[in-house]
Amino acid sequence: MSAIALKNLDISYGPRRVVSGVDLDVAEGESFALVGESGSGKSTVLKSIVGLAPDWSGEIRVFGKQRGHGTNRAFSRTCQMVFQDPYGSLHPRKTVDTVLSEPLAVHGLADRDARVGEVLSLVRLDQRFRYRFPHQLSGGQRQRVAIARALTLKPKILLLDEPTSALDVSVQAEILNLLKRLRKDQGLTYLLVTHNLPVVSFMCDRMAVMNKGRIVEIAPASTLHTGDFSDAYARHLYAASGGT
Amino acid sequence: MTPLLDIEKLSVTFPTSKGPVRVVDDISFTLGRERLGIVGESGSGKSMTGRSILRLIRPPGQVTAQKLLFDGIDLTTRSERQMRDLRGARVSMVMQDPKFSLNPVMTIGAQITEALRAHGNISRAEARERAVEMLHAVRIDDPAHVTGLYPHEVSGGMGQRVMIAMMLIPKPDLLIADEPTSALDVSVQGQVLDLIDELVTGRGMGLILISHDLNLVSRYCDRILVMNAGKIVESCAARDLKNASHPYTKGLLAAIPRMHETRDELPVLDRAAWGGT
Repeated sequence: MSAIALKNLDISYGPRRVVSGVDLDVAEGESFALVGESGSGKSTVLKSIVGLAPDWSGEIRVFGKQRGHGTNRAFSRTCQMVFQDPYGSLHPRKTVDTVLSEPLAVHGLADRDARVGEVLSLVRLDQRFRYRFPHQLSGGQRQRVAIARALTLKPKILLLDEPTSALDVSVQAEILNLLKRLRKDQGLTYLLVTHNLPVVSFMCDRMAVMNKGRIVEIAPASTLHTGDFSDAYARHLYAASGGT
Repeated sequence: MTPLLDIEKLSVTFPTSKGPVRVVDDISFTLGRERLGIVGESGSGKSMTGRSILRLIRPPGQVTAQKLLFDGIDLTTRSERQMRDLRGARVSMVMQDPKFSLNPVMTIGAQITEALRAHGNISRAEARERAVEMLHAVRIDDPAHVTGLYPHEVSGGMGQRVMIAMMLIPKPDLLIADEPTSALDVSVQGQVLDLIDELVTGRGMGLILISHDLNLVSRYCDRILVMNAGKIVESCAARDLKNASHPYTKGLLAAIPRMHETRDELPVLDRAAWGGT
């Protein structure tokens, strides 16, 4: 059974159709990348899965269960999202502790205190950061908090929307290593959106190239070693990213 | 021949609640009619270096330098009015994001001709003609149409080309480009940089390209300065970047994922190694 299965997915914002006819299967435990330029619809696909772009038609299945258009608690426990900008995605007036406890409170789970401590050590953040506010943290530390928040409910799938593009290269390396290790240790499935092909080469097993709201090619990430794409746009994107 | 830019012991200081912080710390370099790249991570002082050359740092920020010469002119003693004659006309700057750097309520044509008319005594019609010509030079397809558009009506790549046109139309001797392509898609990035490169080499100008992207800078520059915590830690020819000697530069290079990635884990900078943050 695939972790995520999208069938003939169309997504619109108001009258504007931004994604058309997306078919995708992500196996459990796989790390799958959606790549493309801005406006290609790659982030919109993630948003529709998580319920932030409700105007879609087609089929979204997560571990075989069809997803409705509204919010769904059971769904939130299997699938969580990490956003691009750690400066914008954390509430500025809530401490790390509050941010991490909130999902547990919403789902009425016990032992919150212990779980918050656990997820902090999962993302290798020292416990002394627990009662700090986002502005007291660096960009890399904030992204660790955002990842910790996504992990508090022990989801099976993480949707990652450009998780490192707002970070410096040295910090990016730390976060990418962290994500890779977490996937192995926690048996997670990743659906990663990025415009950075070398990141795909490091992180992912397979990739889909999107252009103007459509998937133009699905290929194994190892294709990046050779540049052997069959679609013309995919080859163009590869060349522009410095691939030879 | 005197260098285009001669900088000695340049420092930029900002006061904070914990005392003054030196964001640029005693740096010295010279620039001829060549392409110089300044790379570093956020907070390294690379943008502040670029801005201090144009004297764009406002109080409470403080700029001090033993020597800050542009083409033999001492920039430290010039009045604000005299600086204004230099800015745009002889030294100009392309900023990161066209969305925030173009005037939203002025048409593109008006903005480009404004630069021309501020620095030279030319007629409206002539200025308009030169604007169209310049837009054509930055490969905008229908320049006469584009001059009538407002910034929100053009794409990011086109906006950045408009900004480059605006900065190059008074024929400056030195162009400072501060992250000119980081707001753009990869396929547009190449086009914009090729264009800057073509115009800069064609006119024999000097270029300072400020960026966080080591690979990009090494592709488009002759010489590279690597900055960390306000200091220049490495200065080398772009083609020698692979043989960089400073641990910070080496660490940065190793931390970038590659297209042919085979490593299981990316090496992480050991910040304690050189007393960094």
